[in-house]
Parts: sequence; C-alpha cells; structure tokens
Amino acid sequence: MALDKPGEDYEGRTSYTHVGTRVDRPDGLDKVTGRAKFGADAHAPGMLHGAIVRSPHAHAKILKIDTSKAEALAGVKAVVTRADFATGLEGEEWNVLENVMASDTALYDGHALAAIAATSSLIARDAVKLVEVEYELLPHVTDVDEAMKPDAPVIRAGQQSKLVPEGMHPNVVNYYEGGHGDMDAGFAEADLVIERHFTTEAAHQGYIEPHAALATLGADGKGELWCCTQGHFIVQKTCAALVGIDTSQLRVTASEIGGGFGGKTTVFLEPLALALSRKSNRPVKMVMSRSEILRATGPTSSASMDIKIGMTKDGRITAGKGVFRLQGGAFPDAPAGMAAECSFAPYNLNAVSIEGYEVMANRPKQAAYRAPGSPMAAFAVESVVDELCKALELDPIETRLKNASREGTKAAYGPTWDRIGLVECLEAAQAHPHMQAPLRESEGRGVAAGFWFNHGGETSVSLALSEDGTAQISVGTPDIGGSRASMALMAAEILGIEYENIRVTVADTATLGYNDVSHGSRVTYASGLATINAAKDAVGKLCDRAAQRWGIDPEAVIWEDGCAKPAGPNAGQFDPMPLKEITQRMGRTGGPISGHFEATPEGAGVSFGVHIVDAHVDRETGKTSIDRYTVIQDAGKAVHPTYVEGQFQGGAAQGIGWALNEEYVYGEDGRLQNTVFLDYRIPVASDLPMIDTVIVEVPNPGHPFGVRGVGETGICPPLAAIANAVSGAVGVRMTSLPMSPPKILKALKEQ
Amino acid sequence: MSKIHVTTKVNGDEVEFLCDPRETMLDVLRDHLNLTGAKEGCGTGDCGACSVTVDGRLVCSCLMLGAEAEGKEIATVEGIANGEALHPLQTKFIEYAALQCGICTPGILVAAKNLLEREPDPTEEQVRYWLAGNLCRCTGYDKIIRAVMDTAADMREAS
Repeated sequence: MALDKPGEDYEGRTSYTHVGTRVDRPDGLDKVTGRAKFGADAHAPGMLHGAIVRSPHAHAKILKIDTSKAEALAGVKAVVTRADFATGLEGEEWNVLENVMASDTALYDGHALAAIAATSSLIARDAVKLVEVEYELLPHVTDVDEAMKPDAPVIRAGQQSKLVPEGMHPNVVNYYEGGHGDMDAGFAEADLVIERHFTTEAAHQGYIEPHAALATLGADGKGELWCCTQGHFIVQKTCAALVGIDTSQLRVTASEIGGGFGGKTTVFLEPLALALSRKSNRPVKMVMSRSEILRATGPTSSASMDIKIGMTKDGRITAGKGVFRLQGGAFPDAPAGMAAECSFAPYNLNAVSIEGYEVMANRPKQAAYRAPGSPMAAFAVESVVDELCKALELDPIETRLKNASREGTKAAYGPTWDRIGLVECLEAAQAHPHMQAPLRESEGRGVAAGFWFNHGGETSVSLALSEDGTAQISVGTPDIGGSRASMALMAAEILGIEYENIRVTVADTATLGYNDVSHGSRVTYASGLATINAAKDAVGKLCDRAAQRWGIDPEAVIWEDGCAKPAGPNAGQFDPMPLKEITQRMGRTGGPISGHFEATPEGAGVSFGVHIVDAHVDRETGKTSIDRYTVIQDAGKAVHPTYVEGQFQGGAAQGIGWALNEEYVYGEDGRLQNTVFLDYRIPVASDLPMIDTVIVEVPNPGHPFGVRGVGETGICPPLAAIANAVSGAVGVRMTSLPMSPPKILKALKEQ
Repeated sequence: MSKIHVTTKVNGDEVEFLCDPRETMLDVLRDHLNLTGAKEGCGTGDCGACSVTVDGRLVCSCLMLGAEAEGKEIATVEGIANGEALHPLQTKFIEYAALQCGICTPGILVAAKNLLEREPDPTEEQVRYWLAGNLCRCTGYDKIIRAVMDTAADMREAS
C-alpha cells in the first residue's frame, strides 16, 4: 500500500525486489543445530567462575562484610566489593554502579554486596556462603502508593528533582506534566464522566537466556568482554567508567542474545566480571541463575493510576485526565513520563491533562520492558474508554475512529503527528472477521489501541564490497529479532545483488563507531536507514569507477539493477557494467570500495496498533483462557513480513502473561516470593491460541522505504484489550492486574 | 570431594568424564563435553531449554545428575542433523521463522522430535501440551506450533 507522497526521507517506491520477501535468516542454521554462541557458551583458557553475594534484606545498613573465610577456601582467587570500583561517579553511572554493587546500604532483596571468582562455579558458590555480612535492618516499602505516603521510610534522601511539587515525600524523585486545553470546560461538555483507579504489578521481561559475561582485564587497563547485551557500546562505556579505565581500552563483543525485551540494555554482571578478572589476572566468566535474574535485574515498574474521561452521548471524548505513579525500584527513572505521554496518544483531544510521578521503593532498579510505561497507561485509559462505550451503548471501534489521532493532531505531550496509521488500523479491525464472530457463554470480546514513540538513536554502519561482487555489512546493533536478515534485504535492494550474497555481522566495539542499544524499536528503522545510506555511499563509488573506465562524468552514470549505466543517450553508448565487474578491478582502479554512514536519525515515525481478543472466564475457578487473538499494527513497510508477524505475536503473548498471570509478589519482609519460573509463570504453549496478525503499511516519512519500528507497540494494547474482554465476560470492571483467578473470583463474589 | 567416573554415549559416541557428584548432566554436557547446544534457562526444570533425551525419554538435563548418565544413551540438539542434512524439523523451523532469539530452539527441537517419534500425527492440542514444558518468550508459540504440525504432515507424506 504505497499510498503516500514521498516524505523528507521516504522515497515513495511502489515496488521492491527484495524488501518484503520472506527469506531464511542467516543465523538460522546455527540456531537449529545448537552451535550459535550465546552469552554463557563462551570459554577461555585458564578461566575462573564468578558468583555474587546478595542481600537477603529489602533495606539494611551494611555494617561489615567479612570475606576472610571465603578467601581462605581452596580455589578462591579473588573477592571484590565496592572498594574495587571507581569512585567519584555521578548521575546514571553512579546509579548503575550502586545497583550492581552496593556501597553502604542494601536497597532491595537480592542487591549485590560482593563477588567472588574461583576455579569452579561450585567453589565460587560455596565461597558465597562463607561471606559474613553484618546488617542493621531498616524499615522498607515495596508498594508504589505506600512509598508516597508521609510516613513511608525514606529510601535515599536527596534524590528529588526540582520538578517535584512541594510537599511530596522524598521517595517521589521526579515529576512530569503535559497536556492542553480547558479541562473544566471539557468535562462540563460531557454527557458522562467516568473516573477510575487502576494498578498493575511489575512484570519481568522473562528472556530465557540468563545474563552472562566473560571478561578479561589486566593491570595495564586493557580489557576484553564477551556478553549477551542489547547494546555492547553502552556496555563498553558504562563498564569502562565503573572499573575506571578508558572506554577505548575495553573491547566488547556481543554474543548471540537469547532475548532481551529491554532488560539487557544496561549492565549487571559485566563490571563485576571485569573487576574480578583484574584482581585475579585471569579470565572470569559469570552467569546468573534464574532467581538472581528475577530478584536483581530490572523488571518493569509497578503502577498506580487515576483516569478521568468525559464523553458525549454520540461518542466524542470531551476531556481526558491521567495521573501515573510508577515505582522504579530504589533508583530514579521509572518511565512515569513516558506512561503519561503514551496514555492518550490514540485520541485527538481538545482538553487533556497528563501527570507522571517517578517513585522509589525497595525493589531492584527497573529496566526497560518493551515500550516502557505505555502498556499500563493504555490499560488504564482504554479500560475507561471501553466502559464509557458500554455505558453509552456505542461501538468501541467506531468510537475510537471518531476520536482517532491523525496526521496534524496535536498530541498531549506536544508534537503534532506526521503521517500515522491509527485510522487504517482501526478500519482494518472493523473489517476483520474476528469482530463478527459469535461469542459463547462467559466469553467477552475486548478491543484496545496502543501507541509507541519508536526511536532513532546514534547509529553507524559500514559496508565493504568483496572482489567477487558480494558484500559484507558491519552493524553495531545486536540482532534481537532477525535484523541481520532485514539489513541484508535493504542493502540488496540498493546494491542490486542477491540477498544470499550479503553477510551482516554485529561488529564489536573496536571495529565500528558508536551505536546506541537495540531498543526503542529502532534497529530496522535506524540501522536500516544507515545500511541503505552506506550502500548508497558504495554505489556512488561504484559509479565513479565506471565513469572513470568509460571516460565520462560521474554524474552521467546511474545505478540500476546492480549495474552502472550511462544516465541517458547523451552520456554515451556503453554496456551496463555489473557490480562484480567493477569490484574485480577495484584493486587496480583506486583501491577497496566501502560504504559508510553515521547519523542520529530523528524520523523514527510513531506506531499504533489495535488488538482484538476473545477471553473466556471459568466462573468456578476464576481462570481466564484466551480463545482468539488478533493483532493489527502499522509497520510502515514490512521488510521481512514473517519477522514482523513474529514481533506482533510475541508482544501479544507477553501482554497476555502480564494481564493474566505474571507479577512480582513481595512478602511482608520485603523479599521476593516467586523467584523461579514455576512461580513466576510466563505463558506456555498450552496457554495460548494461534495469534492472527494484520500488517498495516502506512509509510513512515522519515525512512527511505517507509519503515516504522514494530518491536514494542505489540505489547501496548494487550493489557487493556484483555481487561476489556474479561470485564465483559465476568460483568465486573477489572481494574487491577494481573487478573489472576483469585482476583476474578473475588470480583465475581462481590458482584 | 572426589569425582565420579562415568562412561556413557552422547549422540552415538562413547564418552567418558569425571564429574563432581553435585554437577548436573547439563553442567557435564556444557562444561566437560563442550556441547553447549543445551541451554540453562532456569536450572529448575521449568523452561526446557536444556531438554535432551536419555534412552529415548525426554528429560530436563538440569534435573539429572551427571553421574546418572552411566550406561545411558544421551541425545542432544547437536545430534539431530545427520552430517550436513538437517532434520525436517530444523529446516521447517528456519523456513517458518519458528525462532526469534533461538535460545529455546535446541530444547524445543529435541522435544518436538521426541513427540513426532511417538506420535506422527499429533493434534494442535497435543503439540501445545507436549511443548508446554518448553518456554519461549519471543514467538508466542504460533509459528513453532505450525512448524511442528507441518513437519509432521510432511514426514507422514514422505514415509
């Protein structure tokens, strides 16, 4: 559907040779045969194994750490504590160091206090038990609303930003507000106003691959690090700062990554492995256990939200107000601002007011999780919209269409939308057979829209042509969803060579310029844009060589179907010169031909999606089953449609888990109660139906091929869509996630 | 603590190793035998990423001690392909993009192959329940289930 006029970067092509095809992924063979090397699969001669001493307390002063018995154990080669890391750090670097190795206070259950390297992992784990720590217990708080109360224990004083309204508890560390219009007039105009309170619990990204790192660092300040990460350049920068060496002296190689979803955008083990290696002068490998992952890496925030929306009888939203309080663990930066910004994004509103509060609690430092902030905000807003539609007997999709954001709509957080695809998604939902299918007894149908910003970010790509006419591309964004295939498809389109003749490598930090993390749904957009431009850079040089050979002006040469051609009859009569013919001679005609591109592209293009779900509730057990699920989302242009579908389906499945089952359960003692997959239960194959997908393609004006990121939007509508379906099935508005059987039974009982 | 000497067969090859009595079969495969195809996702038998077969029975190798391998026949993901010829499940998993990150793939392939050896014509429900012990966080299982069902159909046709 190439409906659109060319944009600033969009080229407006109507057909593609490679983009849009469903090729096999280049890492497929390695991954089905077991030889793909993930984080924990690396090994080095003389390697030691590391283990971590962690606090069993939610909040405690560390009076003394006695490591003497551990150090005396045969096979133990090094012990590090906070004293072995850099001092004088500030801002986020200090926060990250404090999170991976406590200074004077344990801030949550699982907080790291010391690390040990030994000749085997069994010895390292034995040594952990020999470390004696003296604590002075402090009062703790793990709930976001409790943490804001006047008598709540102060987690860390002096962290409050100046933006926070006066009189708020010191645990409220940041504040965001936005919106426009006259709220009072808006609500006065409404025929019905509904106001509700919502809560969501923290959910973990749940990547199946544990964090793992293999580090070597010498007294000369030169280091090597292998780890599973969404961004090895940020690992390089952060680790160098935390262990006090120059960034350029640490080479970081990203392993194959076994899932991240935002959770592998920061460091946990890496600086510890480096510090242990420096102290022992041996390579050190560290791998987290699942319980360490759940206790001490970053889940998403838990949230407490208030939503008030007014609507006229004919379904026009007159005003919307949202207050979002997000708990970010014992550190600032909970995505409260992003929750607020995303909350009303699908709606074109004259009066809207959004507020976000970042709150600290005695929990691990939250990390990004697929569209951080947006899913819970959508849950709250879309639930109220659904309730208004039901009360006013309006069609949920028609009502959303009536109020939908379009090109030119001013968003609550300021920008005016460029070309967006929400209306197209809603229309596709309206036309989908799912909407007409009959429902059985105790089954409800839910619909919800969701939004994500998408991101550009610092990006650099290099492309080198080989003598035989093939190409190799170096990207700096770890491949978390098949991006090596997408890069090759986009480069093939420009170069005019076959997909199979291109190899894409995730280059290490010593080989390529800085690249931001694979996050923000940015890789196919930003690394894709950089790959296209690197290929164009190489094409320019190929044309130069042809011009040189033909003795004509470089401007008189064009590139078409993988060949240099004279631009027109006036340029001269020459046979097309294929890429291979030029590369075969490149050594003699001016040297190797490469293409490069570096930029921080700004045109990521926001993305909307609409989900439809049928949920059945067993009124005896309170168990919900998802009977049918349809994802409709704007991809701009699907470079590899199968992988786009995979992103849609994966986002929906994670949303289903978050909506129905997954939650962090803290005991009265502030300790996490569910630290294994048996208790922190993510959806299994028998929990889910097939997940239907519809790819809508409304080109992004900011990308040559119209690409929009697709990774995150898929998790934005499900919490709301499922809550709307379940509320319909049980006849009670469900306002607290997860909608686990006990909560549903309670709601049925109170009915 | 003294180590235990074990003689066993892995993917048809006779192997010997010395293991600590506390080491799991997964530790032995990965750390002693250099077979890193089986993954540790949880260490508690919940995720299935470490799935292998032991005398034809599907097992989480993280729940089995290395010492228990004595005299057994172990099969791992590394043994599924025959030389350069992939098993039909492997080919179909690539074709269907039944993997995204690929960390769960070795365990799922071992489990799915074991299912098809027992039940060449499984229903969708049978596939879903058989694979319920193998967690995948990326795909939502849709493409995995389709790949297994279609492989089964192809294999029935070919036989």
